[in-house]
Parts: sequence; C-alpha cells; structure tokens
Amino acid sequence: MASYSTNEFRSGLKVLLENEPCVILENEFVKPGKGQAFNRVKLRNLNSGRVWERTFKSGESLEAADVVDKEMEYLYTDGEFWHFMLTDGSYEQYAADQKAVGDTINWLKEQDVYEVTLYNNAPITVSPPNFVELEVVETDPGLKGDTAQGGSKPATLSTGAVVKVPLFINQGEILKIDTRTGEYVSRVSNK
Amino acid sequence: MTPESDWQPTASLETLKLRADLLSKIRSYFQQQNVLEVETPAMSHAAVCDVHIECFSTKFKPVSRSVGQTVYLHTSPEYAMKRLLVAGSGDIYQVCKVFRNGEAGGRHNPEFSMLEWYRVGLDHHQLMDDVTGLLSHVCDFTELRRVSYQQLFEEHLGINPHRTATQQLIKLVKEKVDSELSGLERNALLELLFTHLIEPSLGWSAEGKLAGVYVYDFPASMAALSRVQLDTEGQQVASRFELFIDGVELANGYNELADAIEQEKRFKHDKAKRQELGFEVNPIDEHLLSALRVGLPDCAGVALGVDRLLMLLAGTHAIADVLAFDFAHS
Repeated sequence: MASYSTNEFRSGLKVLLENEPCVILENEFVKPGKGQAFNRVKLRNLNSGRVWERTFKSGESLEAADVVDKEMEYLYTDGEFWHFMLTDGSYEQYAADQKAVGDTINWLKEQDVYEVTLYNNAPITVSPPNFVELEVVETDPGLKGDTAQGGSKPATLSTGAVVKVPLFINQGEILKIDTRTGEYVSRVSNK
Repeated sequence: MTPESDWQPTASLETLKLRADLLSKIRSYFQQQNVLEVETPAMSHAAVCDVHIECFSTKFKPVSRSVGQTVYLHTSPEYAMKRLLVAGSGDIYQVCKVFRNGEAGGRHNPEFSMLEWYRVGLDHHQLMDDVTGLLSHVCDFTELRRVSYQQLFEEHLGINPHRTATQQLIKLVKEKVDSELSGLERNALLELLFTHLIEPSLGWSAEGKLAGVYVYDFPASMAALSRVQLDTEGQQVASRFELFIDGVELANGYNELADAIEQEKRFKHDKAKRQELGFEVNPIDEHLLSALRVGLPDCAGVALGVDRLLMLLAGTHAIADVLAFDFAHS
C-alpha cells in the first residue's frame, strides 16, 4: 500500500492511523525559526467519527487507507443489514450494518441515493444528501388557515424520525428536511 | 483555481500597496534614526550550519565550463552584515529576500522578505525598545508585555524550562501534545510545548491594530548566535528575544556573540550534529570567523519577517495572500 509523507498531507486525504481509517481535515506546518519542523494535523476517524488532533515530525509518513466514497441507491433492510446498490449500472450490492448507517437511518428512503464510504471494500459510513423529501405518517390535524402564525408540533415521518413542523402540516404531506440539522425546510406537495 | 487562471497574483492589489507603503515607512524610520541601508550577497561560498535550517545550493560555472563550484543562497544576511560591523559600518539595516529549503505551506514560503538590523552599543533589552519604535512608526502597535521564557513556562505549565528534567518534558509532551511522539531532543520538546501551549496566547491583532509580547532569556541550548549570560537567579540563559503578535513569531533578536572562539565551537558543534542526523554538511563561513577574531563591536541585532507583519496587518493566516506570487505560482 502507498504511503504519504507529511508534505503530501492535504485535506481529504485518507490515511491509516493506529489501524483506523481517517480523513485529513487540516494540515499546518509548524517551525520555530531555528527549530525542528512539525506538522499539526486534524483528522477525522472514519469509524468513530471522532476528530483527532495529532502532531508529527515533518517527514514522517502514514500509510494510505483503502477508502472510497461511492454513490449508492438504498434498496431495503432485513432488520440486521441495510442494502445498497451502486448507481454505476454494475448492480453491485453492499450491506451496511447499524454502526455504518448510524443516524442516517432517520433519512433512509428506498430508491434515494446516498454516499456510502467503503473501507477495504466494506461500508463504514452512509451519508445522506443535505436535503431529503419524506412523507408525514402521523401528526395532529392541521389548523386550517393558520399558515402565518408561529408555533410547531411534532410529526412522525415515514422513516420513523420525528421532526418539528408548523401547525398547518397534515398527515400524508411530503416535507423537505435538512439532514444536517434535522429541521423542517418546506412543504413539497399535497398528496 | 483552474490552471487557466493560475497566472494571477495570489495577493490582492490592495495588499501589494500595503507592502509598498510598509517598505517606505521602514526606510523612513531608519533614515530618521541614522541607520545605514546596506546590501550584502544573496549568494555565498559558505552556508549557515544551523541544525534545522536547510539552504538552497546552486553551481557557479565559469563560461564554457561544464563543472562548477557549489554556492549557497543565504538564509539570512547575518554573517555578511556582521563583517560590515567589524569593518566599522556602525548601525546598519537591510531588507532582502532570504531562502529556506523545504519550508512551504501556511505561514511559510521558501523565499521570503526579511528586515534585519544591527545597533552598535545596545543590548537585547534596548533593542526591544527599538523594535517597538519601528513598529509604532510603521503601524498601530502596542507593546503588551516583556516576559522571560522561564516565567511563561511557569505560568502556563508550572515548570522551570531550564531545570526540569528531560524525562519530565517527554512526559508533558506525550500528555499535552501527542502521545506517539518520540526520539525528541530537549530543545524540540521545549519548542513543542511552546508552540502548542504558550505561543497561541501571545499578543493579538485586529483590524490593522497589533499588540505584541516580547519573550526573552531563552535556554542556553537555543543560543544560536547570541551571548550566553547569567540571569538574576544565576541561571545560564541565551541573551535573545522573540516578538509574538497574535501567536505569530514575528522577530528574533540577539545580543550578538562577539567571541570568535565560542562562535567556532558552536559552528563545529552544529556541523557535527548535522552529520550525526544525516543532513547535508556545508562549509563553515571562515570570513565571519576571521572578522570576529578582529573584533565585533558590542551590538544587538534583530530579524523581522516582513511578510508575517503584512499578514498580521492584512488579517490573514496564509502567506500566499501577501505575496504577489507564492511558491506554488512562482
């Protein structure tokens, strides 16, 4: 496997640190005028999601991690695994476990496309698009004409996720949700 | 940037004007102070032998000859300026490009502008007054504090940097900097603790206003070309200072070592160290040693990073933002 020296570090590079796949977020060259050079590096552990701040002697190297991001369509879950299929026409399928799916479980809709990160060819994370459109399966009846007033109520979506929505939202409506904040954005259509 | 637009400057035209303005104010300060502007060779037959500074080298080839003689680009104009001091120049300053191999990224560019000046008859404490004088002349500068290296370590880490055992420093670095770092020497351990845990809190800058902290009396092992003297507690310390603004090392000043024998000893020590570490070993500057044997007047000198000062004034952390073209676009 290839390796990268500190002077090749740049954000987005995938490396192995303590046997964990990581992505480099930031790399700062630190050198006192007369002193030895170091690199201060911020990395995200792709398994745990934790951010590590590490310092390396300049010139040290880290092994490259066999990590790739792939676009995949969500197919179904069998309760233990969540199944995805590459969108490149190869029909190749991958099964992600609960740890890989993580919070994205709240935004999984069949036939939608997600970014699946593969490490040694197995899914380690599933990332949703920034916005998803999901149906309301349960909420208190909407208040007619109350489109301008403030106030909110909980609504359960088809995935089981509960989000706060304005009072005028009805069961059966499709909502646009921002997956980064888990917040309601707008109504898409009336069904 | 797309390759098609790669020809464009990395600094804004506004920043280039700021640079021109800064250079003219620097010159007007030294003119007022009767300090002589000088130029010394950027290319030299000898090189610095600092353990952690790498030179660029090239070949001088007499016309029509294919073999040549190795020459080095200077990493600082210090040696040549000291020869002028020995020759009786009096106070002198220089603004020039210096070259350091391997240093690129963030705050570093392999060629950068340095302002270096020497004051005869001053020590490093008086030279701090002069640095504050210069900075107050060229921008809105406030001196916040002068503090010893030891005091800072006591305040931030509760240790005496001169007397704490190396084992204890290793433990602190593993605890507070990175648990996997190993094989570091005492100076590197102290520098890591300094850059990671102390430096970020020194000074500030906002909207073109700068506020700085001078740190003086460094460990004797970091003396470089400065004198080693006893501090008030009888501890041997290097008569050096550094100025920090907003966590950025801006200037480095010395009460200059005048002792030729001590200087030769330090050159040979550094040369041996480079050999031991497997670094390239360059020729020692014999001209400097000869001059020192004649006698360097008591003086203090300081080098100030012009690009870094511009970065602070322009409010940027990237040196590329203040260079017409950074190394990647040169």
